[in-house]
Amino acid sequence: MSLADRKLSPSAWIGIALMSLFLFLAIFGPWLAPYSVLHQDLDARFLGPSSKHWLGTDQHGIDTLSQVLHGTRIAAMISASVVSLCAVTGTMLGVIAGYYRGVVDEVIMRIVDILLAFPGILLNIAIVALVARPGIGTMVIALCVNGWVRYARLARGQVLAMRELEYVSAARAIGAKPSTVMFRHILPNMLSPIVVMMSLSFGGVIAVEASLSFLGLGPQLDYSWGSLLDQGTTFSWVTPRLALIPGIAIMLVVLGSNLLGDGLRDYYDPKGRR
Amino acid sequence: MFDSSFILRRLGSSAIAVAGVSILVFLLLHLIPGDPIDQLAGGEATPEQREELEKCMHLNEPLGTQFKIFLGTIADGSLGRQCPNPESKPTVMERILEKLPYTIELALGGMVVALLFALPLGILAAVKRGTWVDAAAAIVSLSGLSMHTAFMGPLALVIFFDKLSWLPGPAEADAPLALVLPSVVIGTHLMAMLARMTRSSLVEVLDNDYIRTARAKGLGERVVLLKHALRNALLPVITVAGLQFGSLLGGAIITEKIFERPGLGTLLLEGISERNYPVVQGTVLVIAISYVIVNTLVDLSYGFVDPRIRKGA
Repeated sequence: MSLADRKLSPSAWIGIALMSLFLFLAIFGPWLAPYSVLHQDLDARFLGPSSKHWLGTDQHGIDTLSQVLHGTRIAAMISASVVSLCAVTGTMLGVIAGYYRGVVDEVIMRIVDILLAFPGILLNIAIVALVARPGIGTMVIALCVNGWVRYARLARGQVLAMRELEYVSAARAIGAKPSTVMFRHILPNMLSPIVVMMSLSFGGVIAVEASLSFLGLGPQLDYSWGSLLDQGTTFSWVTPRLALIPGIAIMLVVLGSNLLGDGLRDYYDPKGRR
Repeated sequence: MFDSSFILRRLGSSAIAVAGVSILVFLLLHLIPGDPIDQLAGGEATPEQREELEKCMHLNEPLGTQFKIFLGTIADGSLGRQCPNPESKPTVMERILEKLPYTIELALGGMVVALLFALPLGILAAVKRGTWVDAAAAIVSLSGLSMHTAFMGPLALVIFFDKLSWLPGPAEADAPLALVLPSVVIGTHLMAMLARMTRSSLVEVLDNDYIRTARAKGLGERVVLLKHALRNALLPVITVAGLQFGSLLGGAIITEKIFERPGLGTLLLEGISERNYPVVQGTVLVIAISYVIVNTLVDLSYGFVDPRIRKGA
């Protein structure tokens, strides 16, 4: 079956729809927001959803919908930067390790092993926590410090399988430079698993960013989804709504990213799931 | 015959990981921009106070000497003390040992919850593949994967503590049943992951020739499933569960904050807000090294169970 004959599953389409909505709101959200996120109205604290405030207001009387919309842009900026930075760095290092083998491979893969020895977000926490005033840039770097290793492992494995193929030997035999062989001949043939991994990790990055902000370690922005979640849980005794809304926003993006990633994986490798 | 070179190789790579983790934890403080003295002493400190702090934290020594001192605190098992006046304070190790049981208890609780729900869910989905049961199981596990701990925890508290009063609330770590909600919250993500794995692993095994043979012999579906299929299908699931135990230790940080439970996570956050560098370094080191040890043990035991692994096939 050729690639053109294959169809994306319905769940992959749900993923695409969710991610498109996320992207749309990240670009246009701040303009669509009905109120300014700086607009406090102490007479309108903890209002429930109404025609004036679709999602109600928070403890300062700030419109919740506007906050979530502004947060969407932050979430998208952080996750898009982290995912692309990690994918490019990791893939390059993985390709180099797999192509040259020997000492280079050994060094890169040892670093990968060491970084993988830190469970989950521990290393991210340690880095963000020790920086004096974390901004979005710090957050991106902290998430990339260990985010690239999965791409490196994946890319290395792909190159190892591919470097002995005839067309690669042929390219080498006609005197192509190593960089040409690696990035012109090998790389384009291993993009699909990398795209799948990028799509799957998109939601993961948003979840980790939310965790860090929830722990009070994120960039000091009051309307990032993690901070909204943190503030919302503080007031969950007054109303669970303030925690529910950013929680659902995070959930939908993570869900979209998982559905899209799973769908793309099945699309590229229909034998993978039965 | 068990191959001793497999054990040695595995232990060797773990030793490298432990050494690397220690170096990285030591460097964390030095690689990150900003002066730790500024952070610790604040803006109003006199030059004398700053100098004293610098001396106490050995920041005036060359990097090599500082690393030796750091290794010394690992070797004597103290993991250092907080400056200033370190003599009057408990060692970092004492503080960690006091909290460690709570975190282990939580991680074990999470693991029990995850396995308890994941295995039946995954098996059911695989056996009823393509039916509404499979679809429902997929929805449950996808929602579990997508739900953020920091969202689920407070939600569970509002429902089961605030509204229904069935279970104890935050900051009651020693109350009976206090472990139930935190375990569910920390275990959900792993549950979802393992349920998906169980399903796909069992689906794959059920397509094998030996399963067809077993059915052709006239064995009942229950025997085929329980005696033939599950034994092979669950092996990778149990391994992943074991490997994920360490990440539960890391994940405990958020759950502990939500439920105001004592533990390594809360200790780390305390260390961070106090700018207590030895505590931050010590907890990160202990969590990371426990993770390496658990992973090594899981890998080794997997080698015992499945001979293909240790032959490097």
